[in-house]
Amino acid sequence: MVFLTRKAEFSASHYYHNPEFTPEENQRIFGKCNNPNGHGHNYTLEVTVKGQVDPRSGFVVDLKELKDIMNREVIDALDHRFLNKEVPEFSEAIPTTENLAISIWQRLEPKLNIAELHRVRVYETPDLFVDYYGEA
Amino acid sequence: MKAYLTRRYWFSASHRLHCEEMSDAENRDVYGKCNNPHGHGHNYAVEVTIAGQVDPRTGMICNLVDLDGFVDRNILERFGHENLNTLPDFKGVVPTTENLCVRIYDILEQDFRHAKVEKVRIEETMLNSFEYAGGRKTHP
Repeated sequence: MVFLTRKAEFSASHYYHNPEFTPEENQRIFGKCNNPNGHGHNYTLEVTVKGQVDPRSGFVVDLKELKDIMNREVIDALDHRFLNKEVPEFSEAIPTTENLAISIWQRLEPKLNIAELHRVRVYETPDLFVDYYGEA
Repeated sequence: MKAYLTRRYWFSASHRLHCEEMSDAENRDVYGKCNNPHGHGHNYAVEVTIAGQVDPRTGMICNLVDLDGFVDRNILERFGHENLNTLPDFKGVVPTTENLCVRIYDILEQDFRHAKVEKVRIEETMLNSFEYAGGRKTHP
């Protein structure tokens, strides 16, 4: 079994707000991230797939195909967007890094027929990242 | 859904690698430059990974303010700009980065209540890093 990781970058804005909380609770829990005008990050995405090395090609996966799927299913939908307003799953879910990692897994996993998805890692900043392995 | 969040912190400290049970010659042989009696320092990068269910109300495993506050008070203030050999944490223990990694994991495991600690990883320099997960196997 060999693991292969492909990186991509996207930039997007978001804010954290739960309409079921009072304004005071939203402020207390989410702090500066509660600003309704949003703020942005340069996100780095790492997608790791796993599989056997094909004896003829020497590949676990054709990187071009992986890159095309990542661009189509994730980057085109998220890059230069206001996540809360323009990405359907975040009209309800709060676009935290945790939920972004889960959402990207859910976007990729059904479309990735060329390899088995192992991990989605999302860096919000170089000092903060979330890993999701498809666990319940 | 279970996710893993990693936060990276920095602190600077000095240490000297020296084992009381070894002769001076053995110490010099085992630890080389790191045995210099005056000590030397590093900028340590500490990565703390917590694991848990993402709370559907907040979208978070735990509030970063709680994790940052805990790490500031209990790790960065404790070790930052100190000589590790002089701290009670390393009484009778050589302050290698292996032992520092285990100590920081244990502090989090024992007293951080907002999420489960999965792993601590420390970069002593850009060329050396150490990981400890309480002896458990972690995701590759």
